[in-house]
Amino acid sequence: MAKHEEEEGGIAAGEAKAGVGAVAGTRGPQLGAPLVEYFLRLGDDRLILGHRMSEWTGHGPILEEDIATANIALDLIGQASQLLKLAGETEGKGRDENALAYFRDGTQFRNCLLVELPKGDFGDTMVRQFLFDAQSVLVLDELTKCGHAELAAIAAKAIKEDKYHLRHSSEWVVRLGDGTDESHARVQASLDRLWRYTGELFATDEVDRAVAAAGISIDMAGIKARWDTIVNDVLGRATLTRPADGPMQRGGRRGRHTEHIGHLLATMQSVARAHPGATW
Amino acid sequence: MVTFSRDRVFEILGTVPDPEVPVISVVELGIVRDAAQRSDGTVEVTITPTYSGCPAMFEIERDVVSALEAAGAPSVEVKTVLSPAWTTDWIPETAREKLRKYGIAPPGPANDGGLVTLVRAKPPVQCPWCGSRNTTLKSEFGSTACKAIHVCKDCRQPFDEFKAI
Repeated sequence: MAKHEEEEGGIAAGEAKAGVGAVAGTRGPQLGAPLVEYFLRLGDDRLILGHRMSEWTGHGPILEEDIATANIALDLIGQASQLLKLAGETEGKGRDENALAYFRDGTQFRNCLLVELPKGDFGDTMVRQFLFDAQSVLVLDELTKCGHAELAAIAAKAIKEDKYHLRHSSEWVVRLGDGTDESHARVQASLDRLWRYTGELFATDEVDRAVAAAGISIDMAGIKARWDTIVNDVLGRATLTRPADGPMQRGGRRGRHTEHIGHLLATMQSVARAHPGATW
Repeated sequence: MVTFSRDRVFEILGTVPDPEVPVISVVELGIVRDAAQRSDGTVEVTITPTYSGCPAMFEIERDVVSALEAAGAPSVEVKTVLSPAWTTDWIPETAREKLRKYGIAPPGPANDGGLVTLVRAKPPVQCPWCGSRNTTLKSEFGSTACKAIHVCKDCRQPFDEFKAI
């Protein structure tokens, strides 16, 4: 982990001067920008992953999974909507959740790289979902106890949904891993390919340190240890081999994305950008 | 000015069906959390979403407004609260019975016993049609976010379960 890389990035220039937002006074003037940044990271993870899940709608391998992926997408996009709304209110520049979702460019998104990768086959999708879900329930569990009341309320609602997601994705990882030779080999390949994107799920930087002042102090090292336990357990049941920790890909938290984000946003934002302000 | 006590508002909204489960009202579902009338006559209703992305919430909001306006409220304001998070434990026994009669297995206790449950270890859900427990979960995600799909191995009927959350 290159220390200088962590330090140099952080708050994007545009966001750095962000106002304090709705609860000015209770949060110091310097706190606004990191808080906005933090909410964007949480919201963008769920928005982008929700979009990827929604790509399965009408294409699921079986009817039940078509419905399941659509339901999971709906949950994630709903969570994103609440988190981006909070980001917009905290920023205080009049951007609501729709403006943040549909009128930002790729470099302004703060999601981790894992969630923006193409959906691949159903195995790729379920392995990715599992790796993310396991992190998400643990982060949300911590956030339900955080000192930021609105964030804690969003987390308390979201974790109920994410527990279902995790159970669903972990069962598929077991079913596919401990399935046929073909499914085992393909899911092992998915895991090997996606592993290098998991480091970013636990990285911390000055934004995380700054939001601690607002009562949002998350023990990422502790979460990583618990995530390891869940992942090892499920991979063991799935007869899959946990990949070695090599160099990890990251950059999404600072707006440095893979080439896939542009295509994703082109699809996701096309209607809103073609018809700005349209309602129906 | 028509006055609306909290009880009166709950009574009116007790006739507003949930758009996706029309056999029970938005009050029975626990969606309506509070109600009060302001001095200018505006009736303020506080609701809580069932699921973060539940598309029915917009419709519920509209239905709440039109039901109260039809009852004579000069204006209605709907506020959404997230805390405390909605739980199916708020659904009363009378409403659970209505669900059962409608063919939806009512939710069990919301406490699922832990943060991470890797393997499904819940007992089979009772079939709302024939009462058998010889049932199997088909999918934890059903036609709406709040429902799961089961199949009864005795009467061979598929049925929805209102998920405990």
